[in-house]
Amino acid sequence: MKRVLVVVAALVVLIAAAQPVAAAPRPSGEITVFAASSLTESFDEIAKQFEKKYPDVSVKFDYDASSNLATQINQGAPADVFASADRDNLQKTIDSGAVTPPPIVFAKNRLEIAVEKGNPKKIKGLADLQKAGLVVVLCADQVPCGKYAAESLGNAGVSVSPASKEENAKATLGKVSIGEADASIVYVTDVKASKGTTSGVKIADKVNVVATYPMGIVKDSQNATAAKAWVQFVRSKDGQKTLRKFGFLPP
Amino acid sequence: MRRRGRRPSVAVTVLAALAVAFFVIPLVGLLQRAPWSELADDLTDPVVRDALRLSLVCSLGATVLAFVLGLPLAWVLARTEMPGRRFVRALVLLPMVLPPVVGGVALLLAFGRRGLVGQYLDDWFGIRLPFTTWGAIVAEAFVAMPFFVIVVEAGLRSLDQRYEEAAATLGARRFTTFRRVVLPLIAPSVIAGAALTWARALGEFGATILFAGNLQGKTQTMPLAIFVELQTNLGGAIALSLVLLAVSVVVLVSLRDRWFPA
Repeated sequence: MKRVLVVVAALVVLIAAAQPVAAAPRPSGEITVFAASSLTESFDEIAKQFEKKYPDVSVKFDYDASSNLATQINQGAPADVFASADRDNLQKTIDSGAVTPPPIVFAKNRLEIAVEKGNPKKIKGLADLQKAGLVVVLCADQVPCGKYAAESLGNAGVSVSPASKEENAKATLGKVSIGEADASIVYVTDVKASKGTTSGVKIADKVNVVATYPMGIVKDSQNATAAKAWVQFVRSKDGQKTLRKFGFLPP
Repeated sequence: MRRRGRRPSVAVTVLAALAVAFFVIPLVGLLQRAPWSELADDLTDPVVRDALRLSLVCSLGATVLAFVLGLPLAWVLARTEMPGRRFVRALVLLPMVLPPVVGGVALLLAFGRRGLVGQYLDDWFGIRLPFTTWGAIVAEAFVAMPFFVIVVEAGLRSLDQRYEEAAATLGARRFTTFRRVVLPLIAPSVIAGAALTWARALGEFGATILFAGNLQGKTQTMPLAIFVELQTNLGGAIALSLVLLAVSVVVLVSLRDRWFPA
């Protein structure tokens, strides 16, 4: 009899503990996150953890250049959350009334030179990108990583004539990993995520740029509860741990 | 009663009208957002001007390439009993249904710096296609040439072979026969094929951006400029879109009798 009581008591405690403290509705359904392409690997992994915590929610992603995503959101694309690789593009969506302020910064990032595996061209820094015959690709000027790269090159007093200006960070890195370009300037996290298909060459801190990643919830979101839970989860210890693992810096 | 005079049912009429609306509404959307008053400024913007020039160069280059390589191929397909001819034809038509992005990846793996053929082009001749205007021309030709081949082949097939036989009997050599007899007779097909090829090349995006990259004045053709400009300069993107729309309409109208009989 005593044993039965203990079991019942334990069950009661367990059930009580499983109940959420606040009476907030449990997130469920589907959310679509529009995210900068540099977030691809880290967000994919965070989504797995998020869906484990909230089994009723499924997260879908659209990864592209933040500038492209901002244009789509301003034209009414059905996103629930927008995670940008810079402040400007999130601000554009806030200014147009598509995204609810304030922007929530969740990570920072730095730039790196991506070179072919093992650095066969022996590139040591930004100044080496001026070498004749070197094929360098950058992100397009309109895209955050292109804007940051231009800023960093400016800081270093280096002018590069790129062979191409690609549409987002991943496409820029892709031209190096496929061997078509010798070097490109992308985020530290992109090189890390390339899993050894490219090598990274550090850009000196004093000329490097800090990229700030803010997030916001889309005003017309059909699932604001789950969208809020996502934003909270990315900012939580678990979310931050994953971002750190992929090389992002704390907000 | 003639069949074509039949009255459609209400349901069919409604669905057909919906289909028309589906085609028309996006065009109206483009036209109503067009910055008509600033159009002249938008079109003289350096990015837009370079894209216009480059699109013209690349699409004409691709059309010439399609003519030089596609005409002999069309002749072989139409006039010879080569084994595996049907297979070759299917292969030639593949780029018409293949997603252009896949074409771009394939081109990169074949003619890129580390590609199957590209590495030898680079080592032996110092020729590099990616990130060059030639690369953009090759990408456009890859996607657009099938249109030329298929149209010219159809023209050759419908041509009575007795003209060629008569010319041969009179002692004309095969090339002379082709140039003096066949070519003038299939001229309408050649022109229609070239126009379709040119229009397709002009609109090429996926293969070009993947294989040739995107650099103003070098590989950034109109569709690429529209894509990139859309992010910051909607007016410029719409202006370029209008140019491409106008070109498409002109091609359509000028080919209507041959390809789209009423």
